Order: sequence, then structure tokens, then C-alpha cells
Amino acid sequence: MFEVRIHGRGGQGVVTAAEMLSLAAFDEGRYAQAFPSFGSERMGAPVVAFCRIDDHEIRTREPVMEPDFLIVQDPTLLHQVDVFGGLKPDGYILINSAKSFDDLGLGEFVQDFRHDRLLTVPASDIAREYTGRAVANAALLGGFAALAGLISLDAVAHAIRERFECAVAEGNVAAAQAAHAWVTDELWELSGATSA
Amino acid sequence: MKAPAIRFYQTGSFAVGNRLLDPEQRSVQSGEERTNSITCGHRACQGCGEALGARYALDAAMRATGGQMIAANATGCLEVFSTPYPETSWRIPWIHSLFGNAPSVSTGIAAALRAKGREDVRVVGQGGDGGTVDIGMACLSGMFERNDDVLYICYDNEAYMNTGVQRSGSTPPAARTATTQAVGPEPGNVFGQGKSAPLIAMAHEIPYVATATVAELRDLEAKVQTAMEIRGARYLHVFVPCPLGWGSASKDTIRIARLAKESGIFPVFEARDGVLTGVSKIRRQVPVEDYLRPQKRFAHLFKPEPRTDVIARIQAGADRNIRRFGLLGDASPAPILSAAATADTAAAREARA
Amino acid sequence: MPRQLEGSRAVAEAVALCRPEVICAYPISPQTHIVENLSQLVKSGELAPCEYVNVESEFAAMSVAIGASATGARAYTATASQGLLYMTEALYNASGLGLPIVMTVANRAIGAPINIWNDHSDSMSQRDSGWIQLYAETNQEALDLHIQAFRLAEQLSTPVMVCMDGFILTHAVERVEMPTQEQVDAFLPPFEPRQLLDPDEPISIGAMVGPEAFMEVKYLAHAKQMHALELIPAIAADFNDAFARESGGLIRCYQAEDADTIVVALGSVLGTIKDTVDELREQGLKIGVVGITSFRPFPLEQVRAALGAAKRVVVLEKALAVGIGGIVSMNVRMALSGIHVHGYTVIAGLGGRPITKASLLGLFTEAAADRLQPLTFLDMDWDVVNRELERMGSSRASGPHAENILRELGTVAAGPV
Repeated sequence: MFEVRIHGRGGQGVVTAAEMLSLAAFDEGRYAQAFPSFGSERMGAPVVAFCRIDDHEIRTREPVMEPDFLIVQDPTLLHQVDVFGGLKPDGYILINSAKSFDDLGLGEFVQDFRHDRLLTVPASDIAREYTGRAVANAALLGGFAALAGLISLDAVAHAIRERFECAVAEGNVAAAQAAHAWVTDELWELSGATSA
Repeated sequence: MKAPAIRFYQTGSFAVGNRLLDPEQRSVQSGEERTNSITCGHRACQGCGEALGARYALDAAMRATGGQMIAANATGCLEVFSTPYPETSWRIPWIHSLFGNAPSVSTGIAAALRAKGREDVRVVGQGGDGGTVDIGMACLSGMFERNDDVLYICYDNEAYMNTGVQRSGSTPPAARTATTQAVGPEPGNVFGQGKSAPLIAMAHEIPYVATATVAELRDLEAKVQTAMEIRGARYLHVFVPCPLGWGSASKDTIRIARLAKESGIFPVFEARDGVLTGVSKIRRQVPVEDYLRPQKRFAHLFKPEPRTDVIARIQAGADRNIRRFGLLGDASPAPILSAAATADTAAAREARA
Repeated sequence: MPRQLEGSRAVAEAVALCRPEVICAYPISPQTHIVENLSQLVKSGELAPCEYVNVESEFAAMSVAIGASATGARAYTATASQGLLYMTEALYNASGLGLPIVMTVANRAIGAPINIWNDHSDSMSQRDSGWIQLYAETNQEALDLHIQAFRLAEQLSTPVMVCMDGFILTHAVERVEMPTQEQVDAFLPPFEPRQLLDPDEPISIGAMVGPEAFMEVKYLAHAKQMHALELIPAIAADFNDAFARESGGLIRCYQAEDADTIVVALGSVLGTIKDTVDELREQGLKIGVVGITSFRPFPLEQVRAALGAAKRVVVLEKALAVGIGGIVSMNVRMALSGIHVHGYTVIAGLGGRPITKASLLGLFTEAAADRLQPLTFLDMDWDVVNRELERMGSSRASGPHAENILRELGTVAAGPV
């Protein structure tokens, strides 16, 4: 079972991100469970959403306590909320930011984790370029597909198109593709850098 | 259908014999083919205004709907005296659910009929003042707001009678009830409280609102007939004296209802879409004292010594109704929500203080 | 056809397939998505003929359903928590009159303190209302139970509430098999009322019944629920034949036959419990699970048979009977009358507190070693509780409990600046 936890704020589409991730996994014939951990409708409040992916029925209902993959959609949460709690030692982190982990003040923290699994991606900027709005959720899923290698970009695109209306969907699919490419490039560079 | 104008030819009473009228002008009740929706054998008190009003109203509704009608009833006198287990005096399809939900149950019946394509069958919801004006007010307002196709009839005897005559939101000032007793410096129900369900209904701007009394039973039948010609939310508020609760003689029920109208205590009117469309004028105005005297619930205003101050306040209230609704002569009603009405409201506020 | 759907959407579609004629709904978290989805289906014409009534309160919602059902329409509503309480009078009225209304309860805690998250206190508070109560373990079962519920309700002339955990199930997106309209039509015949408001054959419904007959009329409600004990498994079996999956029924056992320790629970937490039990089985512990699907009627015989041979029973429940302890526990105790079994009540997950596998592992291990107290509150912060008790002891005007505790936890501004 692969467990994902997504952190963001109300209004950023965090719950939709988890839902689309589950749709993408379903499209590829897997079982997936997505659910939020939030309450009353309120813009700006911290929101957490979860997605579990497996090859058989998922029975457990607890929140994701030990994620395999963390998506941080809003970097302002980084030093306010314990977004990294429970992350597995070989876990992935994908942060929506143009800055590096060092610049985000996380340089020390990530030393214990796998270097090639920790990335930042300027998803809001990418989203703005392709959709006109800085809603980064779809783009981040494109990045997820590239980083985790668990779900294909095609499945992500399919999920986006299922969830959104035509015009909005296409922009988001393009953003996801761009983020996917961005992350792929980053990974290639990282592997190049470490193999020297 | 316009209510027929009937001239009175008999002296000493206002009774009009049906034999003096053409057949089409006769009351529903006088016809052999009337439904007897609530038939004899029920356990109402002698002289019960509600039983009288319900019989006239429902038979008129059955005639107007060709017998295609379902009734929902709130808990209260009417429900209790009409269905003493194991008997029922209802000859129409009838449901009693709870005290406060008769309007909602009516909505549900209407929705079911609509879903089944049976909008030829009409719905009547009914209850006393307690179940309508107090505990049923939220459900009533909801039904009005949605403009559900329901005629709701309130039989107003101005207190919770079935449970032993306790005060309701419809109890008039100075009236003695079990919870507003005739003791202390302000005996009976206090001034400055109470609500007008007909005016609340008008504020919802529903297609039809009317008031009636059991002194003018043809008027009541005609209003039910009119209501059934309209689709949407309709409200009928019927003044029904209660000999037991009011401490009046059972033979005086109709007379007391007439005095309520002729004194201005109970305005009789019609409204459509929130606008007053007609009033029943006072024929020969009487002072409120004539209305209060036959009722023991106002006895403390006369003995041990006359409370002329309280009676004057009640008179002021009646006079205000007369002005507001234009109940006398050629007077037109003051627009209820206009500046002209402000003077009245200020006076009313003073009277309450 | 497998689909990936939000639980609320799945339930709405299943209800729509049952061809309800009147839907009356008042919004309350976490049921809102169900009624929103249904309203969209009705307004677009997809679900027709159906009247969707936007009522002004939950009391009105159940009352509209009563009127509609008495007029022969298949009626449905949904609510939770405070809303269920607000319609309490009408719940008893519906069951007393024998009207086959089906209602979803999106289980949520009851205030004060106000809380919108999941627990079972709402439906548990109405366990004696005369309504049949079925608890869904998954979203698949939630949608399936609604289809079974209409058939059960109409066959018995008794209302049924389908309980599904608020947020945990209602807002979870997962795989479900959605039946087709043909399948549901074949399984669920049109509503044939036992009593009908009909101008062609007038009857009076809702008479007052005095001491001479009340006991008999009331007993009939109980008799119907006793009959439901046979009908529920029969309908579940029919459902299995028609839809090729197990869903519903009275109870469901998992690894319980040879178990020394059996955990009893209702609803979605069963999934987490099963994962925990699998792990403990790998460690050699003989532990199993009994999930109760039908809480009313309570399947005394089946529970007794399933638990009778165990050494100990741990009832894990999401509601608290203030002043005594566990609700489900008391019902289970009754089933085990005369049999000696160590019984442990665990109150967990109140107000949406997550029930984690880690906590359950610890809990069940303690239970298996008989190291549990008869009544345990899982993951309770006793320090916080004790500090508030101290505050209460030291000052008369100690302030509202909720605010004091939240302030201590740092959720509210810490104090004067």
C-alpha cells in the first residue's frame, strides 16, 4: 500500500487533488481511497487530505500517519504545521515552491531522507502559465507522477479531465504535463550530479 | 364565485332561512348531498365553535373539490374529539401526526400527489391556534414560503383548550386562562403580546388569506370555495368561540362570534398576494363591553368592581382594527405598512406601555 | 460497473435508483453532499417523477416524509446529529404509524460541545425510536443497504435508518460497484402501502389510543422488528443472488471462529480493526472480529453464538452513555446473559478523534492479556481532564469547560495580552 498525504489551505483544491489522485489510480485498475481531514467550509485554514493506493481492497480508515509521499501545496505551512510528521525514511516530499529545500529553511531537516526523493517544483507558477490561475493541485499531480513513478501521467490527465469541465481541464492537463517534465528534468540532473 | 348578497328579512335574529333563497344560493350544509366530512357522534362540547366551523369548512371544501381531498390535522381539540379510539367521525381521508407539523405533513401529502400526477386531489391542513400560531409557526411559514399547494385552516379559540385552557400566542389581552390568571395588578393575559397569524400569512404574500367567523357561515363556505379555486399556499383563520374555555353559554357561540366582528375585535377580511382585497364591514357597531360581558374569562373586568381602564384599552385595540382595516361605513383601510399607519402603531405602542 | 465515487454521491445514486417519489431535505454537515447530489438529479429531470422539497428544518423534513409516505409515495430524507435530535418527535411518530420511510444518518457527534465530526452518538440516541438501524462498514455497503432498506421498510411497514460514518465514509472517494436501474427494479418492487390516504377509500390515520389498547399497538412495532431478524438476512441473501456480493445481514464475523479475544464494533472502524487483527494474528494472537450491521433489531441469538466461545470480548464503540458507560456493550452483555466472558468496553473516536492502528495494536494486546479496565477511553488525555477538574475544584466560577480545555491546548488565544 502506498500512502500519500497532501497539505494545503482551504480553497487551494487539496481535497480535489487527493480525489484526482485516487481517480488516476482507479483508471489504472488499482484500488484507491481518498478522504479529507477537515470540517466546516473556510478559506485559508490548513487542510489535509489523504490518498491510499493498493492492488486490493483498502480496509483501514485511519488518517495517513506514516506517509510514503508528502505533497505540500502551500509552503507557508512549512513552519506552522507539522507537515512532515510520520514520513517514512525512504519517503518522498514534493513542495510547491520555486525555492530549494535549503532556501526554505529545511536543509538540515532533510538530511535524514533520501536526497533523490525530495523535490520542490514551482507548481503555482506553472499553473498560472497554463490556466491563468495559481491553483497548483493538478500540476503537483503531474509532478507526483514523475517523482513516485507509481501512476502514469496519462492516468493523471484522464483524472483531471474527469473532474473538470473541458476548458478548465485542458489548461490543468497542460500544467500537469509541464510539471511532470520539470520534475523529470530535475531528477535527471540529480542522478547526473550524484553519479559523478 | 362571488358570495351571494343576502338581505335579512327576519327580525330579532340574523338567521336566514335557506327556503328564502334560490337553490344555488343555499349553504352547502343545507344540501342533502353534503359530505358530512366530520359526521355526528364526535365528542365535542355542546356549543363548540370549532366543530361548527370545521363542519362547514370541510364540507364546503369537499364540494369545491368534487370530493377529491385529503386532510391533515394537528393535535388539539378537533383531533381529539373527532377520533376517540376506536371510533372516528371523519368520512374523508385524514391523518393526524404531531402537534407542530400539520403544515409540513400537508406539504408532504401535496408533494406525493404531485409526484403521482394526482394534482386533482387537494390538501387541507388544519389545527387550532396553539398548533398553528405557536408550535406550528415554523412549519406554517415554511409551507407559505414554498407556496405549497395547501389550504391551511386555523380554528382560533384563543388558547390551548384541550389541555385545560392555557394561554397561547393568540390569547387576547386581559383574558383569563390557566396560565394567565385573573390575579394581581394586571389580571388575565398581559397587553402588548400576541401575534396576528393572518397578517403573518399576508407578509408571506401567498395567493390567498382570509379570516372568517362562525357567525357568518355562508361567508366561511364562500371563502373556502374561493380558496379551492386557487393553487398555492392559502390560509384561512376562523374565529371559533369555546364555551368551556371562555366561560360562555353554549347557546351563545354564534352570537359571541358576531359580537367579536361587530365590535371590531375580530376583523373579517380577504387578502391576495399580501394585499388586502376586501373587508366585511361592521353592520351595526357595538362597544367591546357587549362582547366581553357574556364571557367568564373576562368576568374580572366587571366584578368586584368594573375595570373601565382595561376595557378602555381593549376598546382602543378594537378601534385600531376598525381604522386599520376600514371596517366602518365607507372608510377604506389604512395601508398597513405605510406612513399613515405609523400614527396607529405609535398609538398602539402607547396603549401597550 | 466499478466506479470511483465519493460516498455521498454513491448513496445519492443508489437512492435515486430506488425511484423515490418525495425527497425532503434540510442541510447539515456531513450529509450535505447526499442531498445536494439528489437535488441535482431531480432538477435535471434524471430522477423523475420525484418531488424535491427544500424544508425549513429537520422536524419539517421528517413530517413531510410522513405526509408523503401516508399518501403512498416512496419517501426519503437524510440527516445527522443535531438534525436527528430535532426530528425526534417525528421519528417516533413515523415508526408508531408504521410508515416505511428510509433515511440516511451521516453519523456525527451531538453537542454541546458542538462538533461536526464522526461518532455514533446521534443514531445511538434514537435506538429505541422504533426505527430499524443498519450500520454500513464501507461505501459499497452504504449504497447497498439503501436498496435493501427500501425493500425491508416496505415489506414490514416500518421505517429504516441507514447509518454511515460522517466524513469517514460520506467524504471518502473509493471504488464502488453501482447497480443498474434494471437490477434495482428487479430487486425492489413498487411501493404497495399498507395504509393509504385515498379519497376513494377514506381512512383515519393517527387516532389517539388509550390505556385499553396502547400496549398492543406498541407491541406491534416490536413484533415487526422481531420479524426483521428473519427478513434482514433473507433480503441480504436475495441481494447476494441479484448483485453477486455480500452486503447487509445481521452480523459479520472475521477470523472469529477460534478466537480467544473477539472485538465487536459497528461501522467503518471495522476496516481498521481487521487490518490490526491481521497483524496480531501474524504474531500468533488468536483474535477475531464481529461486526454488527443490524443494531436494531439487535441480533441477540447471532451475537451470542458468535461470541459465546470466546474468553474475552472487547466492545469498541463510538458513543458514550453518560452516567454508565457503553451502549453497544450493554446490548452485547444482554446477548451473553448467563455465559461467563470477560467483557471490556472501549469508548473510542468520540467527536471524530481518529482511531489509529497503532492505538488498536496496543489496546488489543492489553485486552488479550486481560490488562484492560472494564471501561477504557482510548487515547484520552487524562492530564487535560485532570487539570480541568482541578480548576473546577478550586473555583466556583471556573468558566466553560470547552473553552478552558481549548485554551490549554493552544487552540484559542492563550489569554489577555
